[in-house]
Amino acid sequence: MVQRLDYLKETPSQTAGPYVHIGLVPNALGNPGIYPEDLGRSPILPGAKGEPITLTGRVIDGAGMILRDALFESWQADAAGIYPGNDPRGTADPKVTGWARVAADFDSGIWRLDTIKPGRVPFPDGRLMAPHIAVWLVARGINLGLQTRIYFEDEAEANAQCPVLARIEHVERRATLLARKTGPGAYEIDFRLQGEGETVFFDM
Amino acid sequence: MTKPNSVDRGPLFFRDRDWHPAAYTPGYKTSMTRAPHRALVAMGSTLSEETGPAFGHSMIGELDNNLVMNFTGQPAIGERIIMHGRVLDENGRGVPGVLVEMWQANAGGRYRHKKDGYLAPLDPNFGGCGRTLTGPDGSYEFLTVRPGAYPWPNHVNNWRPMHIHWSIFGSGFGQRLITQNYFQGDPLIDLCPIVNTIGKQEAIDVLVAALDMNRAIPMDCLAYKFDIVLRGRRQSFFENRKEGM
Ligand SMILES: [Fe+3]
Repeated sequence: MVQRLDYLKETPSQTAGPYVHIGLVPNALGNPGIYPEDLGRSPILPGAKGEPITLTGRVIDGAGMILRDALFESWQADAAGIYPGNDPRGTADPKVTGWARVAADFDSGIWRLDTIKPGRVPFPDGRLMAPHIAVWLVARGINLGLQTRIYFEDEAEANAQCPVLARIEHVERRATLLARKTGPGAYEIDFRLQGEGETVFFDM
Repeated sequence: MTKPNSVDRGPLFFRDRDWHPAAYTPGYKTSMTRAPHRALVAMGSTLSEETGPAFGHSMIGELDNNLVMNFTGQPAIGERIIMHGRVLDENGRGVPGVLVEMWQANAGGRYRHKKDGYLAPLDPNFGGCGRTLTGPDGSYEFLTVRPGAYPWPNHVNNWRPMHIHWSIFGSGFGQRLITQNYFQGDPLIDLCPIVNTIGKQEAIDVLVAALDMNRAIPMDCLAYKFDIVLRGRRQSFFENRKEGM
């Protein structure tokens, strides 16, 4: 016999279900009167340093259907690559909160995130990761929130050096994480849950 | 959004994917087209997962954790219960100052949502969501009504056991978790395809809140205890030191 390790087990996940908006964005759902405003409406405040960008996209299932009940949260560094809050390397731009809650439109399924392009953040070994926004996606039918990242196609040099992108063995799949530039400061990226062009999801 | 916690910096424990539900669980039909088919890309956490948003007490309203009263100020109908417990990490430490949000159906099993057409009536005094921040020891508490069971379209005649949905933040974005609790003694738990997306009975059992008569208030409300455990962090000085310390 050996000593027992006394770690606890993480609480098992359950799907967020079709009514996640009641709990997380009740005002956007049309249930005003409980909270003065929904949390995570924007990851930046007016005056945030950096390049303002708009990201739009859809969440698409394995049958090609656009999800209208999907919701994700985004988390990103400021333009200098510092995370707000508990980044051990320093204090972030006070105009960057870094976190947003983004719900797909109930009719079109299109989501939109207005933010600034984040700076590069170091990987644990000190190499720099490419600019990216971390995403945690939930919906009915998703049993455990999906972790993915949004990178930018116009950061080719940084992307080529990113140790996380390099970890994706199937090189052609890296493109599923790249937001396509569609205009000045405008990017588009879909999350494909399954099948053709399936988005890379992480366990990290 | 402030309040850094200086101890909460280490790399995250890996997730035990056999303990969580699998992504593809045909008993729960919607998962069949929404489960990724490709293997997840696995690697250790980075700063992007180890840091995360923090929330301050200033944003929490006085009635935010009181679902009986927080919609109209008039009491909601149903069996009054206290839901309480602690948010811990896998190291067994209480996690202070984390945002706990929850949502649920009313006592009749009806959600306040435009997509819910169940014939049970809305309660004009029940909004259906609440939130709070954990105390210094990770503890939290809500006053609510016990949600009703409700039918849902999956296989014919599937009913969800009584449950509350929970959304929890840790100190790192990679600890983000959504789950549900069930209630001790509910015979619908064993029949539920969503519950049974979890493969291990032992893992299902930790989602079943226990009746807690020590926290019940005589002539007022019953109480159920539901502890929530988030991914742990490695606590070692010998971590990713390039210089070989
Ligand atoms: Fe539910």
